[in-house]
Amino acid sequence: MPWRRMAWVTWRQHRFALAGIVAVFGAAATYLMVTGLPMRAAYAAVAGCSPSSSDICRQAATEFLSNYAPGVGYTLGLLQAFPALVGAFAGAPLLAREFETGTFRYAWTQGFGRTRWTLGKLAPLAFMVTVVAIAFSGVVSWYLQPIVDAGDNNGPLYPTVFDLTGIALAAWTLTAFAIGLLAGTLVRRVVPAMFAALALWAGLAFVTGAFLRPHYQAPVVTTNPNIPIGAWVINQGWFKDGNPASLDTINRILTPVDVRAITPDLFQPGPSTPANLGDPVQYLIQHGLMLLTTYQPADRFWTFQWIESGWLLALSLVLFVVTVWLVRRRAA
Amino acid sequence: MNVVETSGLGKRYGSAWALRECSLTIPAGHVVALVGPNGAGKTTLLNLVVGLAAPSAGIVTVLDGQLAGSPAALDGIAFVAQDMPLYKNLSAADMVHMTRNLNRRFDDSYAKARLAEVGIALERKAGKMSGGQQAQLALTLALARRPNLLVLDEPMAMLDPLARHDFMASVMAAVAEDGVSVILSSHVLTELERVADYLVLVSHGSIQAAGAVEDLLAGHRLLTGPASEIDTLAGRLNIVHAQRGEAQAHVLVRTDARTDSVPPGWEAHPVTLEELSLAYLREPGAAWLPGPARSRAAHSMEMAN
Repeated sequence: MPWRRMAWVTWRQHRFALAGIVAVFGAAATYLMVTGLPMRAAYAAVAGCSPSSSDICRQAATEFLSNYAPGVGYTLGLLQAFPALVGAFAGAPLLAREFETGTFRYAWTQGFGRTRWTLGKLAPLAFMVTVVAIAFSGVVSWYLQPIVDAGDNNGPLYPTVFDLTGIALAAWTLTAFAIGLLAGTLVRRVVPAMFAALALWAGLAFVTGAFLRPHYQAPVVTTNPNIPIGAWVINQGWFKDGNPASLDTINRILTPVDVRAITPDLFQPGPSTPANLGDPVQYLIQHGLMLLTTYQPADRFWTFQWIESGWLLALSLVLFVVTVWLVRRRAA
Repeated sequence: MNVVETSGLGKRYGSAWALRECSLTIPAGHVVALVGPNGAGKTTLLNLVVGLAAPSAGIVTVLDGQLAGSPAALDGIAFVAQDMPLYKNLSAADMVHMTRNLNRRFDDSYAKARLAEVGIALERKAGKMSGGQQAQLALTLALARRPNLLVLDEPMAMLDPLARHDFMASVMAAVAEDGVSVILSSHVLTELERVADYLVLVSHGSIQAAGAVEDLLAGHRLLTGPASEIDTLAGRLNIVHAQRGEAQAHVLVRTDARTDSVPPGWEAHPVTLEELSLAYLREPGAAWLPGPARSRAAHSMEMAN
């Protein structure tokens, strides 16, 4: 029995799920292109400004970012859920529906055998959702290019940017699919499996962004207040004599110049602030405070992409193997 | 050739045994009725035979020594599970195409001809069919695989009487045409009495009786006589089950050379398959198993005593 004949079975049963995924990603890609084109046109004017270090050019770049960056931020926030959708709508029902309706008793007693039947579904679908995700992350990178070029604070390593660009989106999509598949095999009911897949994906994405990704390489720690553009600042704080400086300490130092620190990095000058004070940060440093910044430089983007995609791919393979193992040993 | 052979077969779900110490041999060329009350272990036994479940103890082989669930076993056995699972959103034609694609052997023209014969339009979705049509479609898919063994788990449960009749007629036609061996399970013996020529009786997770129907019938008889004499009878005859009335008692006994003479005052009748199976099901300790399985059962009974 050639695999080609199994491919027909997979296609016949899952073509609507695949079409749905292509439609959702396609609609989002269209939206990114429609809103991305005017953004690029607006950025062309900024990029053409010369000399780029002049005040007027900096002003134009700042204005461009304040016009477009918030909207881009919301869009990226919404797109975060896309891998989860693949996990919930393509991964979770794949086997859960067979269990829920009892059709696994039909499928697993045909001559093709349940192991090959499972592989014949899993492999092409995993491949296709990965390809769709790779194509989509290309569109996201194109869409984000002007924002990155304009020197937005949220550089390529920023959490909502990092996992939608490069190869990370494809890796996350594959992992979400694998999570959904395993959840469906364990839970054996479509809707609970979908929720389980969403919850597991969300937990993994949170833990990765908050605890794992900052440590792929030892972060750079510096007392230099001028952080390179596009760096991913993991944390930043004022220190006095080796101890963290409270807001009160900062404000006490700033009292003579009548500046109030609302947060450790947001300063409000008062009526008697000297005109020649300059940057309050420099003033604080000159008066015995130290600004300690931990960050990941933007040029580690591809290293981080490979590390994250590598372990996500390994995790996906483990989840697939566990799924196939469960299918093999599962009693009816 | 034996279509099914089990030895010490057991299946445990959690800590409860659904089937235990099951040793059974079913020769080819029979229509086997697998009968027992609900929860007796029929579905468990069938799942083990078709390879959906793996044994917790013992072994089960099919079609002359193939391990159940192995590729060769899957190739030769067609299974229709309880409630006839089909993909509701697929048409009859798609189900035929899918089954053809999933099997080495598949008789496409037979499948289409049979569907036309039972009046199922190819473009009709399985989910829109009546229970009887779904059963016929499932049966057609199974038969078109040209199996050596056809296994049907509670095939009549959701069918009305007319559909039951048509379904059984289809099964029997396939038996007559291809000589396929069939195992059907049911908790209602009367459904299968007319068609089965081999009986396997299951209760409480073990096999109570197994054998060709004519051997079973010839090996038992029903005696009717005064209820007061049962105790004296017990010493002389091999009683399976005694049903006492006020004056009369009906006693099912095994016949052999030693007990062939009918005691004075008693009347002997041939037993029906239903009377025989009811008698066994009412006596969980009694067993009738041919071949080596009998000695094992007898042994375990002695252990129990």
